[in-house]
Amino acid sequence: MADTIYALSSGRPPAAISVIRINGPLAHASAQRIAGTLPEARTAAVRELRHPASGDLLDEALVLRFDGPASSTGENIVEFQCHGGRAVVDALLAALGGLEGLREAQPGEFTRRAFENGRIDLTEAEGLADLIEAETESQRKAALALAEGGLRKQISVWQERVLGLSAQAERAIDYDEDDEAVDPSLARECAALADELEQWLERPRVERLKDGVLVVVAGPPNAGKSSLINAIVGEERAIVTDIPGTTRDHIEVPLSLGGVPIRLTDTAGLRDTDDVVEAIGVGRASKLVEMADVLVWLGDSGDAPEHARLICVHAKADLGGSAPAGSISVSTVTSQGIDALLEQIETQARSVLPAEDALSLNRRQAQHVDDARGALTSAASANDLLLVAEDLRLARTAFDRLTGRAGVEDVLDALFGRFCLGK
Amino acid sequence: MHDVLVIGAGHAGCEAAAAAARRGARVGLLTFRAEDVGQMSCNPSIGGVGKGHLVRELDVFDGLMARAADRAAIHRRMLNRSKGPAVWGPRVQADRKLYQAAVSVLLTESGFELMVAEALDLAIQGGRVVGVVTNCGSIPCRAVVIATGTFLDARMFVGDHVIEGGRRGEKASLPLAAQIREIGLGQGRLKTGTPPRLDGRTIDWARLEEQPSDSEAWTMSVLDDGIRRPQLQCAITRTTEATHDIIRANFDRSPLFAGAIEGRGPRYCPSIEDKVKRFAGRDAHQIFLEPEGLDDALVYPNGISTSLPSDVQERFVRSIPGLERVEIVRPGYAVEYEFVDPRRLNQTLEVRELSGLFLAGQINGTTGYEEAAAQGLTAGLNAAAAALSLQDVRFDRRTSYIGVMIDDLTLQGVSEPYRMMTARAEYRLSLRADNATTRLGTVALASGCLTARRRALTESHLSLRGSAAWAETEEARADALYAPYVARQQREWEVVQRDSRVWIPAELDYDAIPGLSNEMVERLVSARPETLDQASRIPGVTPAALSALYVAASRRAAA
Repeated sequence: MADTIYALSSGRPPAAISVIRINGPLAHASAQRIAGTLPEARTAAVRELRHPASGDLLDEALVLRFDGPASSTGENIVEFQCHGGRAVVDALLAALGGLEGLREAQPGEFTRRAFENGRIDLTEAEGLADLIEAETESQRKAALALAEGGLRKQISVWQERVLGLSAQAERAIDYDEDDEAVDPSLARECAALADELEQWLERPRVERLKDGVLVVVAGPPNAGKSSLINAIVGEERAIVTDIPGTTRDHIEVPLSLGGVPIRLTDTAGLRDTDDVVEAIGVGRASKLVEMADVLVWLGDSGDAPEHARLICVHAKADLGGSAPAGSISVSTVTSQGIDALLEQIETQARSVLPAEDALSLNRRQAQHVDDARGALTSAASANDLLLVAEDLRLARTAFDRLTGRAGVEDVLDALFGRFCLGK
Repeated sequence: MHDVLVIGAGHAGCEAAAAAARRGARVGLLTFRAEDVGQMSCNPSIGGVGKGHLVRELDVFDGLMARAADRAAIHRRMLNRSKGPAVWGPRVQADRKLYQAAVSVLLTESGFELMVAEALDLAIQGGRVVGVVTNCGSIPCRAVVIATGTFLDARMFVGDHVIEGGRRGEKASLPLAAQIREIGLGQGRLKTGTPPRLDGRTIDWARLEEQPSDSEAWTMSVLDDGIRRPQLQCAITRTTEATHDIIRANFDRSPLFAGAIEGRGPRYCPSIEDKVKRFAGRDAHQIFLEPEGLDDALVYPNGISTSLPSDVQERFVRSIPGLERVEIVRPGYAVEYEFVDPRRLNQTLEVRELSGLFLAGQINGTTGYEEAAAQGLTAGLNAAAAALSLQDVRFDRRTSYIGVMIDDLTLQGVSEPYRMMTARAEYRLSLRADNATTRLGTVALASGCLTARRRALTESHLSLRGSAAWAETEEARADALYAPYVARQQREWEVVQRDSRVWIPAELDYDAIPGLSNEMVERLVSARPETLDQASRIPGVTPAALSALYVAASRRAAA
């Protein structure tokens, strides 16, 4: 039998309301010891919550009860929606911890139970996990779309199409005794679906949302890169001196700009050097410049590396000199131009992310979608009907792996629903 | 005392009796009438796409069907010839009388005792079958194979005319059906149908498209007995709008639509009234006119099985080109019969809860001679094993269509008559009709059911595979054609094997697994998958349910 677990399910107190959830076989019994009686399943009621040993009143709270398997995790659940003060929450958690057979939940354990109990499938579980980890608005929206089964719905549309194509091929094999070449429309449809999958694969991976857009600040030594990072972050993350080559390794600062997750990265100044340690830093910096989603270049705009999303900054604007065309004048001393720069970074970074509310794939999912795309491409060019059917079977298997299942019977249903088979 | 008693002498029963006898069992074969042994009750053809594969596999075990078909073949056609060799489907049209005679001869060579009696009851003691009670007395035995086809509580329909019986002019097995229900095996009713039989002398052949026999006289069996019959021609015609109008106007007179037939019919071989209703947009349906014998004027119009009243049959048949003046010798009819849930059987076709009882053929929800015969072979080999304490013979879905069929039946059950087709086999590319000996030869040799002639042939085939000359054979060339795909399937199979290693404990309480719907629990309890891989092939089991099952099984393993 599974353990009974409990945890604070809402954000850290203080807050207006906090939600404490108890989940598992002892959920009802434990909650009764604190709340007295419980409401009917799937209803809420106000109860006085008392310490089970001392009987002290801890809070007056809304109590909700769910009975497994008709609950979000498939197990018995009780929720206390209590006042969100730190003392109240701490007292309740301590009271629950003192009850026999209960333990505090590990991170993600509720989702895990839901998955293990068959309440959600793999893609939904992935989405929920992302949702819990989401730190920015874009991350939250993407995760929510996944958790709500958005990807599962898309996959079932693809599966439906491949199933239809399989049914066409199978019909020709098992029932068309008149010998014919492969129906050209079958090949066309395979190619069209492969193209559609290709477009999905070209979208940025969901990891980009999770890990953040890589914004690399680069330029020659002593161009003011570290000062710029510090000005943006507002704290001394990077060591700033007047000595060129102070930044030996890169420094990465996660931040959110207008809801867009960003990994702002400071790099060593790019120059030829005999210093072994600095040389390693310079090497890494060059690599980061290549990997960068957005490149912020401090220095002569003529020296800037080729990059699709390049922002040229005329730094140390307080020291005079006019910015060349297309560069933003910035001074970390006067804060001149910082807002304009941030706005530029945000705009550029947003273009790297999937459109909000749009679904995107993670690496695991992309692997299977790519397998399906490969199989469909191969099916589109095969001239042996058996191999077309085999490739379509492989595409079905790839989708089944994406969600976790396979089935020949489904093909037969599609087959017989659409065709009149004589003989 | 008999080792094995086989009830029913159709395709399944004959193969079961012969296979058990070849393994050394003393076999009794019970039938209503001696003259019915090995009769083809429906279409006089053997093989086809998927079905031909089954016949070739049967042949590797010295089954009767392939050799009998060769001795009776009056028309040969290798279907799908222009497609890849994995789906070539050998099919012959057999002379009905010659076929039945050939089966009798081959069956006699195997050695068995024919008993004309009606089986009334199974004698059961201590959870195992110990004999059969017949109208001529009790017969003790060690194992029983029931192969009664459509005869269990069967009803025939011609329009609103209902007759008890599984075949024209023959009776139904009612007491046995009652007992099978009592044991708790009965599941429901299925239906199948046949077309009217035509007098070939009244067909205007000259107007019709001819379908000649293949010029190459290939054989079904690798043991060529050298018998060749004269080859006849088949012909092709089509229904017309006028045909469809007549049928449509009489929908209310079909027992199918009037609700008299409760059993579910096959999706793939629907009656003509079904086709007209379901595919209203089609203006014609193809019909193959197949002669039933060399000295027989009967013609089997393949494609228009029907249970409409006789007068409607006559009118619609005469609206078909070439059949304007045709005489119907016997009207078509639908048969509705009882079948058992094959999920109650294990992979040897033995009833799980009743040792010594084996079921084979149409009673398990299948349709077709070839499907029946292949099950007869499996049940016969294993009934002999049960009686004589020999090794089981099991078929694997990776190496044979027989394995695909038995796995499908015992795991997924049936909701309509089960027919073999190549789409059911995920390892289709390596399951060819021409490499059956390679695939199954070793198993067949080990089963000890082969005649000396077959044994020698199989051994030489298997040793040829290891030699340099092998590359020059047609089989080797076909192997090479799909080699990269087959290699990939091999890797895929290894992944499946990993899932197979997740054993689901037999006593697992599905009700206690949260998240499984009642329907899912019911399916899992019926199918009782042994591994996660099997569970994944049960229809309706969702990915989320699989993961719940996986966790429950692994928890049990860890506990």
